[in-house]
Order: sequence, then structure tokens, then C-alpha cells
Amino acid sequence: MAVDTSSAPVAGNATPPPARAPRGFTLPSGSVISTFLVLFLVIASFSVDGFASTRNLGFLLLDVVVIALIALPLTLIVVTGEIDLSVASMVGLSSAVMGKLWFAGLSLQLIIVLCLVLGAVLGAFNGLLVTWLGLPSLAVTIGTLALYRGLAFVVLGDQAVADFPRSWTTWAISSLGNSGIPNAVLPLLVLVAVTAVLLHATPIGRALYAMGNSEDAARFSGIDVARMKFWLFVASGVVSALGGVFWTLRYGSARADNATGLELQVIAAILLGGVSIFGGSGGLLGVMAGALLLASVRNALQLVNVPSDVLNIVTGALLIVAVVAPQVVARLKTHRPPARRSAGAQKGNP
Amino acid sequence: MTSFLTARRLRGVITGSAVAALVLTTAACGGTTRDDEDASSGDSGSSASADPNAEIPEGLAIAFLPKQLNNPYFAVADGGGEKAVGELKGDYSEVGPSEASASSQVSYINTLTQQGADVIVTSANDPNAICSALDQARAGGAKVVTFDSDTDPECRDAFINQATADGIAQTQIDLMAEQIGGSGKVAILSATANATNQNAWIEIMKSYAAEKYPQMQIVSTVYGDDEDEKSFQETQGLLQSTPDLKGIISPTTVGIAAAARYLSGSEYKGKVALTGLGTPNQMRDFVKDGTVTAFALWNPADLGYLAAYAGAALSAGQITGAEGETFTAGDLGEYTIGKDGEIVLGDPTVFKADNIDDFDF
Repeated sequence: MAVDTSSAPVAGNATPPPARAPRGFTLPSGSVISTFLVLFLVIASFSVDGFASTRNLGFLLLDVVVIALIALPLTLIVVTGEIDLSVASMVGLSSAVMGKLWFAGLSLQLIIVLCLVLGAVLGAFNGLLVTWLGLPSLAVTIGTLALYRGLAFVVLGDQAVADFPRSWTTWAISSLGNSGIPNAVLPLLVLVAVTAVLLHATPIGRALYAMGNSEDAARFSGIDVARMKFWLFVASGVVSALGGVFWTLRYGSARADNATGLELQVIAAILLGGVSIFGGSGGLLGVMAGALLLASVRNALQLVNVPSDVLNIVTGALLIVAVVAPQVVARLKTHRPPARRSAGAQKGNP
Repeated sequence: MTSFLTARRLRGVITGSAVAALVLTTAACGGTTRDDEDASSGDSGSSASADPNAEIPEGLAIAFLPKQLNNPYFAVADGGGEKAVGELKGDYSEVGPSEASASSQVSYINTLTQQGADVIVTSANDPNAICSALDQARAGGAKVVTFDSDTDPECRDAFINQATADGIAQTQIDLMAEQIGGSGKVAILSATANATNQNAWIEIMKSYAAEKYPQMQIVSTVYGDDEDEKSFQETQGLLQSTPDLKGIISPTTVGIAAAARYLSGSEYKGKVALTGLGTPNQMRDFVKDGTVTAFALWNPADLGYLAAYAGAALSAGQITGAEGETFTAGDLGEYTIGKDGEIVLGDPTVFKADNIDDFDF
């Protein structure tokens, strides 16, 4: 978490100030949104009937698992200033392929391995287009968003494959003992820990922030920018494919249109979690809190019978506030006289 | 509300749900299964026996969960449900996702489970994806009725089927025979060439026509792919290729509307008969200007109405969903549960100049 401030000076010249977390803000990134999350959970537990129960906790967490999972590599990608919009389509394609292979008679263990390999290939394709050809990731992954979804329909059409073994589908929706916490949360937590360490406590993580702040500066300081980005996209593909496998088991139905639009929910969680869409700042704690907050708000509002349209409005507004608030803070800071501002900015740097 | 609903959108919606519904009902199973293992579900859940004389208690919480909200077809169906719940002095609610995806209904089912709903009436976006959620709801004491699009029969207590394939096909042939005097050349304007429902109906139409109206010849079947433009052009093509064509049957709401538009602006208006499946709102003008005499569709409001009564009867223990049980559904009268907990609404409603203004969907 100290990382984003230490890499901040690099960015000073390259990106406009409002793009990053406000300077001199010493709280660890994500603590604001985590506070909001805790506040919301407390208020909802007392005021929303049925919110605080183990069953509802299970429902809520099951909705978050895939979003949080995919958010892990995507957070790293966004930190470097890139984006991967094709994640949900990779979930869908992985789900469709899983269904097709199961229908063809392969064992689930083998299918899962093949799906992960497929994810790596899909991610590598994104990565190659971005790094070798130097295309903007936004354009590349808008393209593969459509391409991979299209392939999913080629694989499975509008069919659904649904006869996965009960033992697997039951595992996907059951919880650890009577805790209400879904089984999948444990492996997810392991991945969260690994990613958090990678991002916040290793040279690789520092390199990612450096790339997000100024790619040129990062390159000059000896970071192999292209190689790192390539592997991030591969990771995004593999994790999305894993998400597709879990999604399929959870709903017990492999379909080409599975998880359509999920990329927006993942990106929403990342932005709400305080990661700058321009790269260079934010942390994993905030993203996980963002994912949980979005899901909790939806869950609570559904329990008090708020119609889905209003629900969309509320989550949309929440997101805009989350994105706008840091910008406003940054603007307010830059409203000082010019001379003092540059002095202040320099002072802020360690 | 209805002012937002354009005819174009409605057309797509109705055809879409019709297609989805009948894929399920005619093919009996929407999911592909790897082996043909027969997961026979002899007893559909409840082991309790039915008590036909049980009173339906007041205040039942009956929730409608359509494929998506703001969908005119389901708005009408749920409206029928609301009327029924009102008659039963129950507690009506409508919840649902804003997009009709396979998994989006799950969190709404979970919410209803958490709220302790007595009856969940739903139309499934995916026959399997909502199954485990429905299982949890039923474990929590809710009764589950599906309508329009069924789930796996194991996951619900009863399914309200809007019409049987036989009923749909025969009604259209009878309407056509009536309009052309039972003899002459007839063509079919269908949806896509591989549309499961339409193909099933067309098969039945052909055999039924050959048997009942031997003078009536079905000369060709063309496909408008459920696109307005293409259906329009195919209609034009039919009339040019078969000059002595007496009538067109279009078993899809997109097709019949496009064909009616072509006919009403052509020299064939009133000379070539047109019937099929359409919605009153999209066909109203063509019925009034004489292009179309009669067409058919099931009434979605009745569908929701029947589903609500079935749910209440299940919740009260009047029925358990077993074959042969009977219950009374308000104004619609008595219904008998068929195989696999299926309840058929009845033959499609026929819309003509004298009744079309009674319907708004």
C-alpha cells in the first residue's frame, strides 16, 4: 500500500494529477470503501429483514465469488493502465466448451484442465495483440469480447448442457458446514492472498504500479513492460476460464450466453474499490470491498423489494460517486495558487 | 406503461417466448443430456396426499418472477396473476431481473426464499440454471409453479402450459379452412428453417389438413427468419410465385404482422386470406381494414391467472401436483393436472373484429 505513493513521483510528469489518488492521503488505499462496506453491513443487518442470516450470507457470497475471482488479475491489468473487457466472454466460452466436452464424454477433471488451457490461449491472444502489435487493450478486448462470445455460440449454439454430476454441482452451491460460507470461498481467499502479496509486497507489484504511472519511465528503469502485460492477460484468461467452470457448476447449466455482461460488474467493483482506470493506483483490499459492497447493496435492496430498474440506478449512481469523489478531492487540492501547488506536490513526494 | 412498449419489441418478445416455451413443452427437455439416463421423477416432491376440500387461506404471499421485467408479454401475464391473487385475498408481488439471462433469476429466487414466499410463479430463462435455487425455496416451504417456459419437472410443483402443439396447429388450419371455404392453395410463412416449435406445428398442420380438408393444399413453406423485412419480402415472393394462392398461414407473430402489412398495401388485400399467431395490438389495424379476418394466440393474462390459482391450490394442499388431481381456477373453471404436473390452459384464443378490442397486449 506504500507502493502507490512511492511510485507516484514517476507519474508526476506523465499523467494529469486528477487521474490518480489524491496526494497526501495517507490512509491505505481501499480503507475508505472498506469502511463504507462495514457501515453498510451493520446498518443493513439491523434494518433489513432477513439480511443477517447464514442463508442470506451464502446467497450473497455465491453471487460475489466469480466477480471477485475475475477481479484479481483484472485489478493488476487496470493498475498497469490497461483493461480486459473480454473476461465475461471468456467465462462464456469456457462454459460452452465445458458443456461440449462433457457431452462428448470426457471426464470433468480433464475438462477443467482443458478449459484452463483454453483460457490461457484466449488470454495470450489478447496479450499478443496488445504487446506485439501495440494495439490499445480497450480496442483489442472489445473485439475479443464479441469474438469469444461468438465462438461460444459456435461451440454450443443456443443449447444448454445440464447433466453435470450432482456431487460437483452440489459442492458448488453448498457451504462450509453450517456457516453459510460457500465452499468456493476458501480457494478464492487463497488466490486473493497470493494476488495481494504479488501486488503489494513484491518487485513485480511495484513494477505494475510504475507501468501504470508512466510506461516510458518503467521501461527506462529496466522493466520488461511487454512481457509483464502479456502474462497479465494470460492470467486473466486462465482465471476467467476457471470462473466459467465454477459458473457452470454453480448453475448446473453450460450455455454460450453464461455471464453475459459480467465484465461490467467486475470493472464496477474495481473502480468502486478505488483503482484508477488510468492506472497507477489502487489496491486489492479496496477491490474486494467494492465487490462485496455492490453485492450487499443489491442483496439488501432486493430484500426490501426495490425493483430491478431502481436497483440498477442505485448501483450506477454509487459507481459514479466512487469515481467522481476522488476526482473532486483532487480538483479541490489543485485549486490552490499555482506556485504553492507545485511546491505542495513536491513536498508530498517522499 | 404500455406507451413504452412498441409493437416491434412486443413482436420479438412474443415470438421469443413462444419459441422458448414450446421448445420446452414439445421437446419436453431443453437441456442436452449426455447419456439417455432416465432420471425418472415419479413422485414430484411432495409425499403428502391432496385434500380437495382444503380452504385456500387468505394472505398467501404469491410472487411472480417473469423472465424479465418490462417485457410486455409478461406484464400482461403477471397482470392476470395479480387479478387472481386479488380474488384470493393474497399478497401479490412481482420481482425479476431487467435482463433475461439464464442465471439472473437466481438471486431473485434466493430473495423470495429469504422472505418466505408461499408461492413462486416463474417462467424460466433456463430449464436447469434456476433448479438448485428453486429446490432451496421449496425446502423453505414455498410452492413453485412455472408458466410459459418450464424448468426440469423435478424442480417445480406444477407447470402451466399455454397450449398443446396439436391445439396450436389445428386452430390455425381450422381458421384458414373457414376463410377459404376449405379448398385451394395455401402457403406457410414460418420463422427460421430450424425453429423447433414452428417445424413441429407445421408437421401437425400438414397431416391435420390432409386428413380433414383434402381439398386444401399446402403448396410451400417459406422462412422469414422472424425478421420483419425478410418476412415482408417472402410474402411478396409467395404471391408472385403462386398466382392462385388462396391463403397464407404464419405461425409466428413477426411473420403474420409483416405479411399483413404487405397484403394491406397490395392488390391482394381481402382476396388472399391470412391467419396465424399474432398479438391483438399488432394486428388490430389489419383486422379493422379487412386484411385479416381472424387469427389466434393464447391469452397471456389467463396464463398468469391460472398459474396463481394453481399456486394457491398447491399451497393450501388442495393439490400436490400429481396427475389426475383437479382444482378450480376462478373464472376459468376446473382444471385437471396432467402428466408430470402439467396443466394445459386450453385452445388458443381466436381474435376477430368483434372481440379484438377486448384485448390489450
